[in-house]
Amino acid sequence: MTDGAADRAGGGADAGRDPGLQPERTRLAWRRTTLSSTVAAVLAVRTALHGGATAAGIVVCALCCALWLGFLRVAHLRIRTLESGAGPARVPPVLAVRQAAVAVLCTVALAVCAAVLVF
Amino acid sequence: MIDFVRNVRLWFAPEEVRREGHTPDYRFSLANERTFLAWLRTALALIGGGFAVDQFLPHLRWAWRIGLALALLAAGVLCSLRAVNHWVRCERAMRRGEDLPASRFPALLSIVVAVVAVAMVVVVLAGWAG
Repeated sequence: MTDGAADRAGGGADAGRDPGLQPERTRLAWRRTTLSSTVAAVLAVRTALHGGATAAGIVVCALCCALWLGFLRVAHLRIRTLESGAGPARVPPVLAVRQAAVAVLCTVALAVCAAVLVF
Repeated sequence: MIDFVRNVRLWFAPEEVRREGHTPDYRFSLANERTFLAWLRTALALIGGGFAVDQFLPHLRWAWRIGLALALLAAGVLCSLRAVNHWVRCERAMRRGEDLPASRFPALLSIVVAVVAVAMVVVVLAGWAG
């Protein structure tokens, strides 16, 4: 009984699993973000191919798909890192700044594509 | 501004962040990461809103349509850049044991979104009336 209370408080270093399920919640947050980026990419493709498939439209469309794939790759790598964890306590490492920067750059580039498409 | 430039350098030099202070409880870092992701989703939603204005209000005058769409897209860009900047600042503050940085960005963003929403309602109603 007392062991359970200690585990719930999150104090035990040998606790098998984090009671707050932090890595799982973070993994789901990445999933949600991937879904949002999918919606944005689908809207981009719809806009690009709306008025007939011009050459420029197809190029921007391919660019948006590439950005979406880049985002998906970052999310996938991060989710795998979260799942594997590091060390015997399975403490997941901090998000690499480079991964965060790549995710943000994909978002910004998508917005730039959007501005080009809208014009 | 100089602070901002230094933070931008930090985005691409992860080792520099890790050198300072001591590593905080990983749960705090993960919570910071989730906040970053929530802001990124907000940015993606704003970008999607920009597309939606362009696609689903085709009867608007060109200037209004482009203006609203570009306002939403610009808000999305700012939001995503600010997301990574705020994440780096929070991470560094936690490592140094300082207070988390305060920010007036949420208030600014909500005012911008409110203004764009009111403008959209007015423009659509005016479009119906005219």
